[in-house]
Amino acid sequence: MVDNAPKLSVRNLSVRYGDKQALNGISLDVFPNEIFGIIGPANSGKTSFLRALNRMEEFDPNMTVEGDILFEGQDITAIRNVYALRRKVGVVFPLPVGLPMSIYENVAFAPKLGGIKKKAELDEIVERCLIRAALWDEVKDRLNALGSLLSGGQQQRLTIARALSQNPELLLLDEFSIAVDPVTTMRIEDVLKELKEEITIVLVTNLVQQARRLADRTAFFLESELVETAETEELFSGVVKDQRTRDYVEGRFG
Amino acid sequence: MPADVQGDRLSSSIATELNTRGWDWYVDRVVSIGVFAGGVSAIIFIIGIFVFVTREGLDFALGSLDLKEFFTSINWRPTSERNPTYGILALMTGTASVTGLAMLVSVPFSLGAAIYIAEFASGRTRESLKVLVELLAAIPSVVWGFIGMSIMNPLIIEMFDVPVGLSVLNAGVILGLMAAPIMTTIAEDALKAVPDSYREAAEAMGATRWQVIFRVVLPAAKNGLMAAILLGVGRGFGETMAVLMASGHAINIPTSPFDSVRAITATIAAELGDTARGSDHYGVLFTLGIFLFVITFIINLIADVVVKGVGRQK
Ligand SMILES: Nc1ncnc2c1ncn2[C@@H]1O[C@H](COP(=O)(O)OP(=O)(O)O)[C@@H](O)[C@H]1O
Ligand SMILES: [Mg+2]
Repeated sequence: MVDNAPKLSVRNLSVRYGDKQALNGISLDVFPNEIFGIIGPANSGKTSFLRALNRMEEFDPNMTVEGDILFEGQDITAIRNVYALRRKVGVVFPLPVGLPMSIYENVAFAPKLGGIKKKAELDEIVERCLIRAALWDEVKDRLNALGSLLSGGQQQRLTIARALSQNPELLLLDEFSIAVDPVTTMRIEDVLKELKEEITIVLVTNLVQQARRLADRTAFFLESELVETAETEELFSGVVKDQRTRDYVEGRFG
Repeated sequence: MPADVQGDRLSSSIATELNTRGWDWYVDRVVSIGVFAGGVSAIIFIIGIFVFVTREGLDFALGSLDLKEFFTSINWRPTSERNPTYGILALMTGTASVTGLAMLVSVPFSLGAAIYIAEFASGRTRESLKVLVELLAAIPSVVWGFIGMSIMNPLIIEMFDVPVGLSVLNAGVILGLMAAPIMTTIAEDALKAVPDSYREAAEAMGATRWQVIFRVVLPAAKNGLMAAILLGVGRGFGETMAVLMASGHAINIPTSPFDSVRAITATIAAELGDTARGSDHYGVLFTLGIFLFVITFIINLIADVVVKGVGRQK
C-alpha cells in the first residue's frame, strides 16, 4: 500500500473561521485503497479537515484555508473546476441529509447533474449504488417514496448510495454512525470494507473502536493539531510515541 | 411496622405536592385565556363583517337581481332612471385583466428578488435590501395610483403613441409593482426555510449554484412560493385605489392592454357614496362585495391548502 503514490497529500494545512483557529499546520498522506481513520475529541478540527478537502470553504465566507492539498498530485486550491473535484469526492455527513425528493431521485441526482439522461442508465446506477450501500432490498419496492420517510439508519445508507452515485475516487465520512443504530452501523462498516477495494476512504469517527475495526492507519487530532499518524494496530497496541494518544485510545482522557 | 409508617408519610407528602397548583399554573391559565380571547375576537370580527356585507346585499341578490344578467351582461348602468342594468361581465374582465397582467409583472420580479436576497446577497447588502423591500411594501396605494396617473400615464402615451395612458397596462404594472414587495418577503421566507444542509449536500455533490437553486431549493420551497403568488393574486384582486386611478375606470371588455377598464373594487369605492341605503344600486354594490369576498375567500383557501401541503410532506 505504502509504495503507491499518495491519493491525497496534505501539507501544512490550516483552517480558520474568522479569528478562530480550527486546524493548525496539518500534514499527512492518504494512500489509494486504504481506510484512513481520524479520531479526536469534539472540536478538534476533524470536520474542518474534511471540509477543506472538498473545498467547502466556498460556502462559508468566514472560513479560510491555507496550505497545500494535493489530490492525485493536483493542488486543489489551484484547480479551475471545483464542481469536478466535488464530483470525484463523495461526502457523508454526520446527520443524514436526505434531499427533499424521492429515494430514486436522491441517488439519480448527481448522475443527472453529470449529464446522464437515459432512464435505463439512471435505473442501473440507482440499483447498483443502493445495492452497494446495502439498502436495495429494503427500498426496491418504493423507490418513488420520499427519501425523508426512511428511518435514520436507512437515510444514512441512502446518503452513502448517493455519494457512490458520483463514482467518487475518495469517500469522506464524518461520524456517520452518530444517528444510526448499532446493527445498521455494522452493516455500513461491512459496506465500507468492501468499498475499500475500489476507492479510498477517509473516516472521521467519534468511536475509537470503529477506527480500530476499520482503519488501516489512523490520525489523532487534538485541539487543532495533528498529534500523530500511525498504523492502526500500533496505535491500539500502545507502541505510539505520544502519551496523549495512548490516553485517548484507552479512554483515559480529560 | 416503622418502615410502613415512613412509607405512608412519604407518599402523602408526594400526594400534596402533586395536588397543589403553583403560581406558574395560574400564569399559564391567564395567558392561554388571553390568547384564546384574542383569537376568538379576530374570528368574531371577520364573521361580523361577513354578516353585515351579506345582510346588506343578500336580500337584493336573491330577490330583485337577475343573476343571469349580473354575470353575463356587460352593461353596468346602475344609475339609469328608466332601465337600470346590473351586468358585471365588463367589471370582472377588468379586474381579471389587471390582476393577470399584475401577476405577469410581479411573479418574475418578486421571485427573482427573493432568490437574490435569500441565495446570493449576504451581510449588509442583504439586510439593506430587506429593509428596502419592506419600505416598498409600506407605500400607500394612493401613492401608487398617483404614480400611475402622473408618471406612467404620459410615459405610456409617449412610448406607444396611444391616446390614453390610463389602461390595463398602466394599472397592471402599477399593481404588479405594488404586490411585488410583499410577495418577495414571503417568497424569501420560504427559501430561507429550506435547510442549509440541503444546499451543502447538493453542493458537496458538485452541483453549481444554479443547479442547487433550481433542482433543490425551489422544489423544496414550492409550497411557500405558491402561497406567495396566491397572496399576490389576492392583493391584486382586492386593491382599489391604485386601480381606480390608473385603469381609466371605463366600462369596457379590454381587447388590448391599452384599453381602459373598470375594476369591481373601484366600482364599489366610486359609487357607494352616491347611493341611498336600501336602494337597488346600494344592494347591487353589496352583492359585488359578497362576490369579492367569496373570490378572496377561495384564493385564501387555496393558499391555505397549498401551505398545509408543506406540513404533510415532512
Ligand atoms: N462554521 C463555523 N464557524 C465558526 N467556527 C466553526 C465553524 N465550524 C467549526 N468551527 C469551530 O472550529 C473548531 C473545529 O470544529 P470542527 O472542525 O467541527 O471539529 P470536530 O469535527 O472535530 O468536532 C471548533 O472550535 C468549532 O467551534
Ligand atoms: Mg465534527
